[in-house]
Amino acid sequence: MDPLRRSPSPCLSSRPSSPSTPPCEMLGPVGIEAVLDQLKIKAMKMGFEFNIMVVGQSGLGKSTMVNTLFKVWKSNPPGLGVPPPQTLQLHSVTHVIEEKGVKLKLTVTDTPGFGDQINNDNCWDPILGYINEQYEQYLQEELLITRQRHIPDTRVHCCVYFVPPTGHCLRPLDIEFLQRLCQTVNVVPVIARADSLTMEEREAFRRRIQQNLRTHCINVYPQMCFDEDINDRILNSKLRDRIPFAVVGADQEHLVNGRCVLGRKTNWGIIEVENMAHCEFPLLRDLLIRSHLQDLKDITHNVHYENYRVIRLNESHLLPRGPGWVNLAPASPGQLTTPRPFKVCRGAHDDSDDEF
Amino acid sequence: MASSEVGRHLLFQSHMATKTTCMSSQGSDDEQRKRENIRSLTMSGHVGFESLPDQLVNRSIQQGFCFNILCVGETGIGKSTLIDTLFNTNFEDYESSHFCPNVKLKAQTYELQESNVRLKLTIVNTVGFGDQINKEESYQPIVDYIDAQFEAYLQEELKIKRSLFTYHDSRIHVCLYFISPTGHSLKTLDLLTMKNLDSKVNIIPVIAKADTVSKTELQEFKLKLMSELVSNGVQIYQFPTDDDTIAKDNAAMNGLLPFAVVGSMDEVKVGNKVVKARQYPWGVVQVENENHCDFVKLREMLICTNMEDLREQTHTRHYELYRRCKLEEMGFTDVGPENKPVSLQETYEAKRHEFHGERQRKEEEMKQMFVQRVKEKEAILKETERELQAKFEHLKRLHQEERMKLEEKRRLLEEEIIAFSKKKATSEIFHSQSFVATGSNLRKDKDRKKEPGCGFELLCVDVRTCENSGGRKDAEKAPIFCKTEVPEHRRSSSQANFIKKKLEVCFDFAVFICFITLYLVNGHSY
Repeated sequence: MDPLRRSPSPCLSSRPSSPSTPPCEMLGPVGIEAVLDQLKIKAMKMGFEFNIMVVGQSGLGKSTMVNTLFKVWKSNPPGLGVPPPQTLQLHSVTHVIEEKGVKLKLTVTDTPGFGDQINNDNCWDPILGYINEQYEQYLQEELLITRQRHIPDTRVHCCVYFVPPTGHCLRPLDIEFLQRLCQTVNVVPVIARADSLTMEEREAFRRRIQQNLRTHCINVYPQMCFDEDINDRILNSKLRDRIPFAVVGADQEHLVNGRCVLGRKTNWGIIEVENMAHCEFPLLRDLLIRSHLQDLKDITHNVHYENYRVIRLNESHLLPRGPGWVNLAPASPGQLTTPRPFKVCRGAHDDSDDEF
Repeated sequence: MASSEVGRHLLFQSHMATKTTCMSSQGSDDEQRKRENIRSLTMSGHVGFESLPDQLVNRSIQQGFCFNILCVGETGIGKSTLIDTLFNTNFEDYESSHFCPNVKLKAQTYELQESNVRLKLTIVNTVGFGDQINKEESYQPIVDYIDAQFEAYLQEELKIKRSLFTYHDSRIHVCLYFISPTGHSLKTLDLLTMKNLDSKVNIIPVIAKADTVSKTELQEFKLKLMSELVSNGVQIYQFPTDDDTIAKDNAAMNGLLPFAVVGSMDEVKVGNKVVKARQYPWGVVQVENENHCDFVKLREMLICTNMEDLREQTHTRHYELYRRCKLEEMGFTDVGPENKPVSLQETYEAKRHEFHGERQRKEEEMKQMFVQRVKEKEAILKETERELQAKFEHLKRLHQEERMKLEEKRRLLEEEIIAFSKKKATSEIFHSQSFVATGSNLRKDKDRKKEPGCGFELLCVDVRTCENSGGRKDAEKAPIFCKTEVPEHRRSSSQANFIKKKLEVCFDFAVFICFITLYLVNGHSY
């Protein structure tokens, strides 16, 4: 018998049964909705955390994109004069930004050197390792006896994958990477440097990429299986139709028609970053920040982290002398709404667990 | 998809971080940030994440809220009425009897909706509290119930495949303790119960049926109660004063604890309004009139201002304390014997190995014992077998001896038979001879008879040949001499014949019996 479950609950009969709750009519205002304000006040005081990872070959404009998203200009512009590193490295930088009383602790993880070598075998391993390391840290914190009141959340909430604008289809490296990463983290693919493609080329490229994703069963964010109700599905279907977004990043401002806009100046015109007719950067920004940030965090916490936890806890129960899989309570029907293909998941984790 | 529970979970945890850094002020935040080497940057444009709290709130609305209230107080003190008044509904309930043998807890869940907020409200009532004659164990069922809810949550949290976001949280968020309006002081039962509950749940004491206490008495009563609670070290729930927007109100309310409340769902017309009130011949006590009672304050504090904080406190303080105690009880620690940090995993695995080892050892022991017992049993069986064998041998030997004896007897008997038949034959011959030669044979016989110590000799003659050939010749031809002693007094043939016949019959019978016996004995020996 599991030593953790040895003690039976002392008062078995007095637990209220949750399912049957008769709805009651209130005869007047009580003030329950004030709880929403209470929530807001608390949230504002505490601040938010968001961890984003950008993955792509060098020169695709990852750092510029991050700057454009969060409109924070770093002192040294990236990439110039610095030779691409020989192996994949991971740089994590944390900033705290505030807007109208809301504090956001933003952590951006950059991956210079991804896909830049001649032999790119297993170049996703360090990335997977990093992601799993964050999960592991969180898990260890959660399992302590004396827990901290607030466990610092360094788990990667979203991974933006930059697809080079070849105009043809996804490359084998892209497919391999996306397949592995979609099981572990929310992935949002974008077409980088989209100003080198015309509108028609963009559309065709997008369709081909979507087809590739479908063929290889790659489930990018927003995942269809997590749509809760019809509203969500409608909203997310619109988004899914436009993924991957064709984005352009810019960190310089130019004067266009008397307005000061962010854009790239070329000999044949100025590409306005925030103009929907020019590129889909606003869609990406809205997805990541304005509408789905909380959702990204929730899915990371409820699905990806829980999957990692299950696998991790099951693995550690393997007794050395024989088959010792702990067969705990089978998944209740409520959990079938979050299906996870464990086979592929475990494969990815085995790769990364070797590094520990 | 996701849930608000998670959002709240994150909120609680992050909120507590700020609470630990002493009522977070901006200064400490900056220091913390500097320590963590995080840059604070300013943005040069509008990004749009001020909608983050709204996103969070939307998530919570989708998920719904849940709130659990425990009402502790004597029967008939007005618990159900107050809850009805607080939430402005008529929850289905009946009056409890005063004759319960022990304290029981009755929980009921209701779903309330106000605009777009769904609240799952659970009211737990103590039935029979304070009714028993011996009240020593009255508080125990309450403590057990609270612990059971924590335990259920802990079990869910420790599962491998868990679903915390769909879990119906049944932990008690607030305990309304109803104090009887005696006007003097706290009852011993109240003190004892509150002392046992204060580390497990947020307690808000209220003075029930406050319309029986006059204003002046009420002031003194409140002061007395609070001083008693403080002097006995009972920690009641203090409304939080760290957030600027609500700090002032909360601080003021803290000074007015415990609230003197009156509950009523009856509507009474006062002036031109219809209000909830209790009607007496001497006046009307209006529930929502702040001059009459503190009901409005209680409602405001409990629901409008601090519901979130109550839930947070339950989760981060009381539940964590329970969890820590429970895990330490089971032997898990964070720091191992060499002061190295030990993870729950390792401790769990170590315990598991230990447990398995223990079990294996016990199995071995039992096996040993079993083998031992089997051996003993075998030995006993062998012993009995040997004894039986010996007995059998013994009996067999006896049988053999008997048999030999009987053989012996049989032989003797046969010899006797032979001798007798010889003698019979000779006597017949003598008889037949005596008809022919009277003297000599007889004389011979007599002479012979005169000799003392004449041996018994049986004359065996072939009787058939005697009969066929008339006796004499054959008698001379082939006599086998067995001389027999003929009894002196019987020489006459008829009597001799008769005796002979009798003897013959007897002998036949005896031989027959012997043969039967031998046969039976032989049969048995096989």
